[in-house]
Amino acid sequence: MSQVHVTAKINGDTTEYLCEPDETLLDVLRNRLGLTGAKEGCGTGDCGACSVTLDGRLVCSCLVLGAEANGREVRTIEGMAHGETLHPLQRKFLEHAALQCGICTPGFLVAAKALLDKNPDPSETEIRYWLAGNLCRCTGYDKIVRAVQDAAAEMRKG
Amino acid sequence: MRYEAPGSIESAVALLAQEKGRAYVLAGGTDLLVRLRGGYIEPDLVVDVKRIESMRKIVPEAGGFRIGAAVPAAELGEHPAVKKLWPGVVEAVELIGSKQVQGRATMVGNLCNASPAADSVPAMVAAGAVATVVGPNGKRNLPVEEISTSPGKTTLAKGEIVESILLAARPPHSGDAYLRFIPRTEMDIAVVGAGVNITLDDKGVCKAARVALGAVAERVLLVGPAADALIGTKLDEAALDKLAAAASAACRPIDDKRGTKEFRIKVAGVLARRAATIALERARKS
Repeated sequence: MSQVHVTAKINGDTTEYLCEPDETLLDVLRNRLGLTGAKEGCGTGDCGACSVTLDGRLVCSCLVLGAEANGREVRTIEGMAHGETLHPLQRKFLEHAALQCGICTPGFLVAAKALLDKNPDPSETEIRYWLAGNLCRCTGYDKIVRAVQDAAAEMRKG
Repeated sequence: MRYEAPGSIESAVALLAQEKGRAYVLAGGTDLLVRLRGGYIEPDLVVDVKRIESMRKIVPEAGGFRIGAAVPAAELGEHPAVKKLWPGVVEAVELIGSKQVQGRATMVGNLCNASPAADSVPAMVAAGAVATVVGPNGKRNLPVEEISTSPGKTTLAKGEIVESILLAARPPHSGDAYLRFIPRTEMDIAVVGAGVNITLDDKGVCKAARVALGAVAERVLLVGPAADALIGTKLDEAALDKLAAAASAACRPIDDKRGTKEFRIKVAGVLARRAATIALERARKS
């Protein structure tokens, strides 16, 4: 099986890698590029722990081949904070204790950011439907929803 | 496994037709990658069709829209004109999976994956959608209900790809709707799905109807007697009763963990009736 040569923009940086043709983008990120923020929960697109954006579109990186990213732009949780400064969503997740074990958190943050980029003022119902593809088995979802609402409110004030 | 991402449909067809081993088309990948990673399939070749520009577009055509096979569900949901013309089809597509899945999954992938419970398929069948298929022997058009034959099986020959789906123009006073039953409110597989598409005349009498059911047989069913129950009526209670009875009568479901035969048969009638009521409201407004 010959490897595929890929050039992709990852969190703004042009990155080159070789991957197996049947290797997922999630495995490329974690095992080849050292970006271990995206997690493998289910590996079948059900849990959302591996959420990233591909050309601005929220996707499960476990359902994308590494080879497909050629010429495309990938953004992961690693690109969310600016240096030491956390994104408002990250800060609000901490303030509201919207996590326990943390496995699902990068996926929730990436998905929540994709929502707020599209809709800066989502209703609680819209937040819950949008995040239906992200599963958390520790906290339940109320704290997560409240953290997203609070972050959205702060971001709207600019 | 080889991965190819050709830039034209002709090269995609040639790659698939010439492959001696097991070849698969990759559109959104939300079914294919699950099967690949789970070890259920061992492809020799995967042909990614998302680099084929013509397959990534939604193009107006004769008052309707041609939806490319690589257009993700999310893009269809963001297209106000398609949503306005065929609200039932778009709402069915938007029921597939999570936001993450919507970012990748395609309507044509949903069709060619050939699950009897596919959400977009009953809506497309009710809409009279036509698939354009390209293969080694050229192009052919066929109604979407002729694509799937049983779970995972299609009528597509070796080397054939569905290039696009045509959702045609529709007469005034037309409406469509899709409803499904799932045990929760989001992110589940249809236990029963029902798509209804009707056209009324100026007096509000139904002059054309198509009714399709999902997850109640080995493939999505186009139910002629259910449509006949509506044609010539104003969709009054008696007509809706006949529709529900005809829909239930057409079911030949299996029992499984998500629903019993009896439940599916009953719910098919209930959903057909409710979908028809929504289609009627939409038809009156259009």
